[in-house]
Amino acid sequence: MTTAPTAGRTTRAGAVGTAHTRVEGRDKVTGAARYAADLPFADLAHGHLVLSTVARGRIRSVRTADVLDMPGVLTVLHHGNAPRLDTDYVGMLGVPPDPTAAVFQHDRIPHAGWPVALVVAETPEQAREAAEALVVTYERQPHDTAFHAGRPDAYPADGHMPAVTEKGDLEAELAACAHVVDEEYTTPEEHHAMMEPHAATARWDGGRLEVVDSNQGTTWVADDLVRMFSLEPSAVRVRSEHVGGGFGSKGLRAHQVSAVMAATALRRPVRVVLTRRQMFSLTGYRSPTAQRVRLGADADGRLRALEHRSLNQTSTVWEFVEPGAGPARVMYDADAHRTANEVVRLDVPSPTWMRAPGEAPGSFALEAALDELAERCGVDPIELRLRNEPGRGPVSGLPFAGHNLAACFREGARRFGWADRDPRPGVRREGRLLLGTGTAAASFPAGAMPSTAAVTAQADGTFTVRIAAADIGTGARTALTLVAADALRVAPERVRVRIGDSDFGPAMIAGGSAGTRSWSWAVTAAAEELRDRLVPGAAVPPEGITVRSDTTAAIGALTPKERHSFGAQFAEVAVDVTTGEVRVRRMLGVFAAGRIVNPLTARSQLVGGMTWGISMALHEEAVRDRASGGLYGADLAGYHVATHADVPAIEADWVDDPDPDDPVGVKGLGEVGIVGAAAAVANAVWHATGVRHRSLPIRPDRVLRAGGPRV
Amino acid sequence: MREFAYRRADDVPGAVALLGGDPDARYLGGGTNLVDLMKTGVERPARLVDVRRLPLDRIEPTDDGGLRIGATATNSDLAAHPEVRRRYPALAQAVLAGASGQLRNMATVGGNLLQRTRCGYFTDVTAPCNKRAPGSGCPAVSGEHRNHAVLGASDHCVAVHPSDMGVALAAFDAVVSYETADGPGELPLDGLYLPVGDTPHRETALPAGALVTGVTLPPAPVAARSRYRKVRERASYAFAIGSVAAALDVSNGVVREARLAFGAVASRPWRARTAERVLTGAPAAEEYFAAAADAELAAARPLPDNGYKVTLMRNLVVAVLSELAEEAAR
Repeated sequence: MTTAPTAGRTTRAGAVGTAHTRVEGRDKVTGAARYAADLPFADLAHGHLVLSTVARGRIRSVRTADVLDMPGVLTVLHHGNAPRLDTDYVGMLGVPPDPTAAVFQHDRIPHAGWPVALVVAETPEQAREAAEALVVTYERQPHDTAFHAGRPDAYPADGHMPAVTEKGDLEAELAACAHVVDEEYTTPEEHHAMMEPHAATARWDGGRLEVVDSNQGTTWVADDLVRMFSLEPSAVRVRSEHVGGGFGSKGLRAHQVSAVMAATALRRPVRVVLTRRQMFSLTGYRSPTAQRVRLGADADGRLRALEHRSLNQTSTVWEFVEPGAGPARVMYDADAHRTANEVVRLDVPSPTWMRAPGEAPGSFALEAALDELAERCGVDPIELRLRNEPGRGPVSGLPFAGHNLAACFREGARRFGWADRDPRPGVRREGRLLLGTGTAAASFPAGAMPSTAAVTAQADGTFTVRIAAADIGTGARTALTLVAADALRVAPERVRVRIGDSDFGPAMIAGGSAGTRSWSWAVTAAAEELRDRLVPGAAVPPEGITVRSDTTAAIGALTPKERHSFGAQFAEVAVDVTTGEVRVRRMLGVFAAGRIVNPLTARSQLVGGMTWGISMALHEEAVRDRASGGLYGADLAGYHVATHADVPAIEADWVDDPDPDDPVGVKGLGEVGIVGAAAAVANAVWHATGVRHRSLPIRPDRVLRAGGPRV
Repeated sequence: MREFAYRRADDVPGAVALLGGDPDARYLGGGTNLVDLMKTGVERPARLVDVRRLPLDRIEPTDDGGLRIGATATNSDLAAHPEVRRRYPALAQAVLAGASGQLRNMATVGGNLLQRTRCGYFTDVTAPCNKRAPGSGCPAVSGEHRNHAVLGASDHCVAVHPSDMGVALAAFDAVVSYETADGPGELPLDGLYLPVGDTPHRETALPAGALVTGVTLPPAPVAARSRYRKVRERASYAFAIGSVAAALDVSNGVVREARLAFGAVASRPWRARTAERVLTGAPAAEEYFAAAADAELAAARPLPDNGYKVTLMRNLVVAVLSELAEEAAR
């Protein structure tokens, strides 16, 4: 039981804050829940994409004749016969579309695994067989996929934030500092690797285009399709009922666009499902980063100089910035403060948003550097961070809407037993193992984006909420059920939440850790107005009473502030320096992430993020083969994510942290769980071995090469 | 995936006859490797002969104190068998170190020995690979080879054999039985795999169309004190980057008999006979274990990015032999 903290509202017991299992949980575990590639359609045809085998060049020919004679083959779409698309627009998230999704528009090949054709057949097997048989010839050109620090062709790029911020005289401050850290950190190419592959079915029905898809925002994808195919907004409907993970990758991709092209050409429903291997080049990824952090502090650890530069790669067709220097603009202030995000364009697939874009790799470098500074200053790593808490946004100068990092560290340190920690590295032994503990701070922006919702009171006393939200496995559908129930002051059992349908009107995507907050705001606004309209004792008419909301004005009226979730990460590791194996023994994360709507799924989200942090620290790495320009081992046997055996007891909890400016008090916690987690593990590896690992993942061969104290 | 014909065999002669020496036909065991390779186009058989229901799933002691393992026994059954766990504990440990529970329930002993390398160039049909497409080249030598061979490889191929089970079988002198249209035959496991040389596409010495029917382990009292230790890049569900199967018989502080085999360092399970010779008669002490490892690894020819394997194998040999020696001393 909890109380609604929002000022000016009636304090009462409610559903928000109490643990509820997923409302669709039974459907999911019994197989009743249908995912995008499961739904049956009459007369369905199947498309299979053909991807380029060269990393740069031009298509010379697509030899369709032989393939068109193969059993069941209906058509082959390619740059020579595909309809022209409009890509000259800025989409819902404020960026132009990634041309990788706008398939078959020209003969140029900008990277290995670029879509060159779609083979459509009566069955998926026939389509795949024919796609693999299709001969495409290329004019091959030299490619460059070599990502590394110091590329002369790197340039500062804005993305969603200014490329460069700076104040003060960095070199002068550094020269005057008692302690200086100046190190380079790298993170590798990482992939979303969600369970459910991208899949879409497109069909024309009574003059409307309907796309059944697996995505993170139906109005987002619908908006892109409307613009790309120059259709009336009312002529496109996108549905996405259940989604087996997204992590930033499930927006408009080649599968929806090619399915729409084929459905239009064949005048029948067409489904395109990506293979796991295709996902590695068509659906985005987290760019590798090369980061340099320079910290200067006075004798007691107070920062006087901070510089964080982060370089990432992007494709030659789309600019994506992985803003690793972003966290430093929020976390730490210094008299001289400089941050810069740079990109280099290579012959590689386009990267994209992946869980905590910027914060995940950026926090690794920054929080590892803080740990190194703590070592040099002889100050406890937590104390160092507390001494450097900024009173206002270090770059923006804005006040924080809540800054509960210290509370997270205090509670975390108490539970983890931090006070008993011996700071010396390389001195705890257990048989052949060296043991160590580490900590790191986490933050992630807490935003809200305009959304619309409709809430209907039905004559039978139940309520239906309609909102184009997406539940990508997070528990959003359940969270919104609880939020609506509280706003309506009814039990959650009387509320049905319908999501994943662009016909419900514009809404925020499941992304930016802003889904639940943005949708809850819209649902609360509509539900409260509906409650006011319902006359006690009066019958609801058969057609029900519906109230719609639009939060655009309310969100636009928010006072500018630094709004963030925070967290403190703790890890204990055991390292066998004779084999190089690193195993995490326990992890604890304590977060300040706004009011918690559903503790059950909130904990699951945070633990999921921390688990990914282990995976990022120790396992995940996509390896690009320089000779071919493609990935080496692009499957889930070659791309290692943490297994159950790699994941120890992970504890995630939170401190009281309601956002006073939000109607429900929500901030958002989809991403903050991964932030700082890899740094906490890496810092623990140093504490265990005395060796700093500044390149992720911390593989056995790296540990072996680095050596360490003999056990 | 192209269409293929499928037949299930009822008995061993029937299976061999169904295959008929057809180079485009394959025996299908648990399918945990072959079916994956068919999906990716590495294997494109016209016909499959399913041998999984052949009456070859028995695991039974031999009269002389050894063990006979049928080729269609599953990995799960092999690892759980009490005589395996008692007489050859390293074998049970090796099997359990591989794959996942679901895969081990499907995978067969015969299929395990004949599984293909997981080299990422071999499994990617768009890449050159001398093993998959003879003469096309080996990109691993100058490309990605962090988990490739340091022993017994050539410029033509540096892929490693992925089996864990095979490493333990190699240490215990396993003999592989097979059936052909011309009658049965046998090969010691050591002789099953051909040297890489300039023909990495020729992997085994089995006659064309031969069906592996079983594996026999001769009696090996030394194996009762044995261990399999696998190092991989995550704690489970990954192939080894280095592994050791070891058995040790120590009397009065002196090694009377040692068995040692390495995994993930060569195109086959690598029986470390040079190290065994150094160990035999030597004091059961860490420096001698290290010397034995060094003697074996003197033949290592690491590439720029896999030299760590030499250090890893040396450390593993010392660690595992030390543990076995400590056990013996207790």
